[in-house]
Amino acid sequence: MSFSQQLPIVFEALNVGFLQTLKLFFVTLLGALPLGLLISFGSMSKFKPLSGLIKTVVWIVRGSPLMIQLLIIYYFPGLVFQNNIWGSGENGRFLAAAVSFIINYACYFSEIYRGGIQGVPKGQQEAGQVLGLKKNQIFFKITLLQMIKQIVPPMSNEIITLVKDTSLARIIALQEVIWAGEAFMKGSNGISGQIWPLFFTAVYYLAFNGILTLLFGKLEKKLSYFK
Amino acid sequence: MDNILEVKNIKKSFGKTQVLKDISFSLKKGKALAIIGSSGSGKTTLLRCLNFLEKANEGTISVNGEVIFSGSENQKLSDSEIRKNRLHFGLVFQSFNLFPQYTAKENVMLAEQILAKEQIKKNGEYNGYKTIKEAYEFIDNKAEDLLESVGMKHKKDFVPCELSGGQQQRVAIARALALNPDILCFDEPTSALDPEITGEVLNVIKKLAEKNTTMIIVTHEMGFAKEVADEVMFMDNGKVEEMGTPEEIFSNPKSERLREFLKTVLRI
Repeated sequence: MSFSQQLPIVFEALNVGFLQTLKLFFVTLLGALPLGLLISFGSMSKFKPLSGLIKTVVWIVRGSPLMIQLLIIYYFPGLVFQNNIWGSGENGRFLAAAVSFIINYACYFSEIYRGGIQGVPKGQQEAGQVLGLKKNQIFFKITLLQMIKQIVPPMSNEIITLVKDTSLARIIALQEVIWAGEAFMKGSNGISGQIWPLFFTAVYYLAFNGILTLLFGKLEKKLSYFK
Repeated sequence: MDNILEVKNIKKSFGKTQVLKDISFSLKKGKALAIIGSSGSGKTTLLRCLNFLEKANEGTISVNGEVIFSGSENQKLSDSEIRKNRLHFGLVFQSFNLFPQYTAKENVMLAEQILAKEQIKKNGEYNGYKTIKEAYEFIDNKAEDLLESVGMKHKKDFVPCELSGGQQQRVAIARALALNPDILCFDEPTSALDPEITGEVLNVIKKLAEKNTTMIIVTHEMGFAKEVADEVMFMDNGKVEEMGTPEEIFSNPKSERLREFLKTVLRI
C-alpha cells in the first residue's frame, strides 16, 4: 500500500482514538474539578480526624504512580471479589480509567485549590464577616474569583499534563490515540510494520495543548483587570 | 443618659497572653470615641471583639440596652442572630480590604444586595420593597449617594487597584456605612497611607463626626483625635488607663503612663 493510500486509513483510526482521549480528558475534568474542591475543604477542616484522613489519601494518591492506580482499580475487583464491577469491553475499561483519573487528578487539584484559597488575604474574609455575610456567601461572592485568578497558572500546567497522562490508560487497553497509532506496528486495517502513525500521535497532543494554552492565556488576561 | 454602647469587663487572652484585662466603657449616641495607646496595648483587639472577629473570653457588650454578647453564658446563637448582632457595628480596616474584583460601587452594594435578596425570599420584602429589582434600584441609588458623600462618585466604576490608598479607604468607609451600623469603628484608618493623603480620609471622618455618627476610632493621629473626638480613651497594657475629654487627656493627663506616652508621641 502506498503512503498516500495509508494516510486516510491512519487518520481515521487516529481520529477515533483521539476522540476517546478527549472523552477521558473532559470526563476527568468534569469529575476532578469539583471533587478536588471538596477534598481541599476536607484537608483544611478544623476537625482533625477528617483533615488527617484526607491528607493521608492525598499522600497515597499523589505518592504512587497513576499507572499502578489504574491497574489496581481496573483489576482488583475482578481478581479479589471475582466481580468485574466495571463491565466488559471498551466501556468497562473507560469507566475504570475515568474513575482512576478523577481520583488522581482531584488530589492534585485539591492542593492547587488549597494554595489558592489560602493565598487570598485573610482580610477579605474578615471584611465579608463584618458585613454580615455567611461563610458560603463569602466563599462564592468574594474568595472564589480571587482564588481562580491565583490558580490559573498552576492549573493550566496540571491540565496540560492531564492531556498527556490520558495515554497511560493504554495500560488497561483503553483504545485511546496512542493505542490506535501503535496498532499499525502490529498490523491493522491492512497496514503493518509502520511506526510513523505512532510518532504522528504526538501532533494531536501538540495541537490540542496549543489550543488549551491559548484558552488559559485568554482567561488569565480576562482576570487581569483586578489585582 | 442614653448609652448606645455599653462594654463591661471584657477579657481576652491569646494562649497565655492576656491582651485585654477587664475593659469597661460606655459610649453615648452620636459621639466619637478615639482610642489611643502604644502598639500592643490591645486597641485593635478590643475593636475586633466588638466586631465579633475575635470572641472575648469574658464580659458583656450591649447595644441600645440589649446584650448582644455575653462571654459567661454559652449562648448558641443562630446564624441570623449573629449576623444581626454584627450589623450593629461597621468596621473600616487599616488595610482597606476592598474586594478587588468589584468596582467601588459594587463593593458598597454587595452586602446589602445579598441581604435584600435573602429577606425578599424569606419575608417577601426588604425595606418595603417587594421585588429584587426594586430593592436593587434602591441599593444602587443609595450606593451612589454614599460614594458622593465620601467624594468618590466620579470613581464608582473603578476597581480598587485603579484607586489610590486614600481613595480606597474612602470607598471602604462608604461600604461600612451601607448597612447603617449603629456604631462605626475605624482601625487605624490612615496608618497604611502616605502622610500627604491621610488628610482626605481624616476629612471624611470629620464630616461623619459633624453629622453625629457614633464612632470608635483607633488612631495614632493625636491631632486628629484631639480635634474630632468627644472622648479619648488611653489604653495601656490591656487596660483602660485613662478616659476623658480630649482636653483632659491631652492637656491635663493624670496617669504617669499617659504622660510618658504623650511625651514620646508628641515629640515626633
